[in-house]
Amino acid sequence: MYEHLETAQSPENLKRVVIEPVSRVEGHGKVTLLLDDNNHVKQARLHIVEFRGFERFIQGRPYWELPVLVQRLCGICPVSHHLAAAKAIDQLVGIDPENLPPTADKMRRLQHFGQVLQSHALHFFHLASPDLLFGFSSDIAKRNIIAVLGEFTEIGLQGVKLRKFGQEVIRMVSGKRIHGSSSIGGGVNKSLTKEERDYLLADVDQMIAWAEDSVALIAKVHCSNKPYHDEFATIKSSYMGLVGKDGSLELYHGGLRLKNAEGNTLFDHIDYCKYNDYIHEEVRSWSYMKFPYFLSLGQQDGWYRVGPLARINVCDYISTPKAEVARQQLMAITDEKMVHSTLAYHWARLIEILHCAEAIKDLLHDPDIMGTDLVATGVKRYEGVGVIEAPRGTLFHHYQVDDNGIVTKANLIVSTTSNNHAMNESVRQVAATYLDGLEITEPLLNHLEVAIRAYDPCLSCATHALGKMPMEVELVNAQGQVINQVFKSTSQGDIEKTL
Amino acid sequence: MKQMQVKPILILVYGNLSRGDDALAPLLLEQVQNLPETLLEKIECLTDFQLQIEHALDLQNRELVLFADASVANQQPVEFSQLNPAYDNSYTTHAMNPAAVMQVYQDTLKAVPPPCFLLTLQGVEFELGAGLSVIAEQSLSQATEFVTQLLKSPILEVWQEHCSA
Repeated sequence: MYEHLETAQSPENLKRVVIEPVSRVEGHGKVTLLLDDNNHVKQARLHIVEFRGFERFIQGRPYWELPVLVQRLCGICPVSHHLAAAKAIDQLVGIDPENLPPTADKMRRLQHFGQVLQSHALHFFHLASPDLLFGFSSDIAKRNIIAVLGEFTEIGLQGVKLRKFGQEVIRMVSGKRIHGSSSIGGGVNKSLTKEERDYLLADVDQMIAWAEDSVALIAKVHCSNKPYHDEFATIKSSYMGLVGKDGSLELYHGGLRLKNAEGNTLFDHIDYCKYNDYIHEEVRSWSYMKFPYFLSLGQQDGWYRVGPLARINVCDYISTPKAEVARQQLMAITDEKMVHSTLAYHWARLIEILHCAEAIKDLLHDPDIMGTDLVATGVKRYEGVGVIEAPRGTLFHHYQVDDNGIVTKANLIVSTTSNNHAMNESVRQVAATYLDGLEITEPLLNHLEVAIRAYDPCLSCATHALGKMPMEVELVNAQGQVINQVFKSTSQGDIEKTL
Repeated sequence: MKQMQVKPILILVYGNLSRGDDALAPLLLEQVQNLPETLLEKIECLTDFQLQIEHALDLQNRELVLFADASVANQQPVEFSQLNPAYDNSYTTHAMNPAAVMQVYQDTLKAVPPPCFLLTLQGVEFELGAGLSVIAEQSLSQATEFVTQLLKSPILEVWQEHCSA
């Protein structure tokens, strides 16, 4: 591993390279490298520099507002927060997952499949595909979705339309593409009409076909240079994800499973309401993002990865046939029990798109989706925990309320937090393998971003007022002088060298 | 993808309700949706956090499109302009400009996009959990009145006459 590169011995004597913000990810982070005079990497870190404080924002609000309120955490995965909060609120109104009316359970699952599909499509086609199709060191002017649309028009358009379909699923379930309020404590406030169902059914077979094509595409890309793709940013880690009672891939509800790097199951079917007994979060001075780990394994060995690759690694099978075939193909790329290739996150992500499209079709043919029994009621409780598999990994929402239903305590562990240690390891691996001793260039720095992007981190703050959020990259020498600086205005996207 | 109930005029607003003045455009849409139904018969309203390339598909089969957003660059409470397709680098970020969305439409659908206009509302504070600033409240009030006038005459030439510059 590369933990020796987390903290340099004498940082005051080293050159500092900063990438800020990391591009083509959601939200704002930065990478810093400390180099000696011969450009040997002595320290590499991914910092999360924005402090959200969202939990404090939630405290003091009535619990029934939460499913709507938490959606504003993120512009890309609001549905994931909506559903995790809804599952926690179910418990506050006395309803456990197995007691949710079938129509409510299936409407939520339908919405979640739409969410995962659209989020994965955004990430792969919009953000990651330029690196994979043009190359990590290709002309920076080409590394974007517009160039993909220009040179790989069919692929680009399919990505756009897949995302659009996922958003339409969300809109049919909740009335809006974002910030809909379909889920309420104990159920949902609407089911699908026949017109809405038929509207989605009209396109779903095309989406499944495109999703299959995209899996074939990533398999081809990965295998075109397999040793490189297998090794790039790759680290051996444990993996965590929800699984169904029978060990199947589960995105909406299940028990937590942890497997180690050798593929042995360390914990299985953990009741996520007891997550606090298993997972702790470490604070480090140089990042606002915490570092979760399994308590019984300790800080050194207890970290893990979540997200698409983790889910594929921990599950026994996928319940939809085409995605299951694709899963088996992915698992066969290695003789080991686990696929550790960080770039295989993309492959796993596309398998999940296929699974979502298949599952959406199945649900649309299920009569419960147009049912009328929408809400169950129970006896009020004071604490609720909701956990789902968000696109980027396991998402925890935990609330406590008082007699008046006011939130007194909130704790959220978002997926990207669970991948914090792993992303830093991958950054250090890439820095040590591809940058060490070389003159730092933009294409080389992009390698670091490619490693981070594989995890699809969501560092989002979602404010986007015109004229906000510029990008600045600076190179500082050993004496602390800024010797190179580039500035990009987000409002117009113009790039200018300011030094 | 097939489209459901496409109406000829699209109002597409973007912003985050929980981030102070960034809520301006979504709040404007709420005001618009409360207008008399006779004004809204031909209007489709969409809201999102930020613009992305798939919004180009929302422009299909429209006669007029109105984008609305909060802006710290505004010199006036409300500014209104007609847009032309334009390449910029905003597509490399997670928030595109509307002119770039039009460019994507042109490039991918090989067609001229419908006439698009941008209404920006002056905002100054964008903190998480903050309410609207006094300046933003004035912008919202003026913008509601302004959009009401636009919807009374959803005609290209009339909207062009309303442009700030």
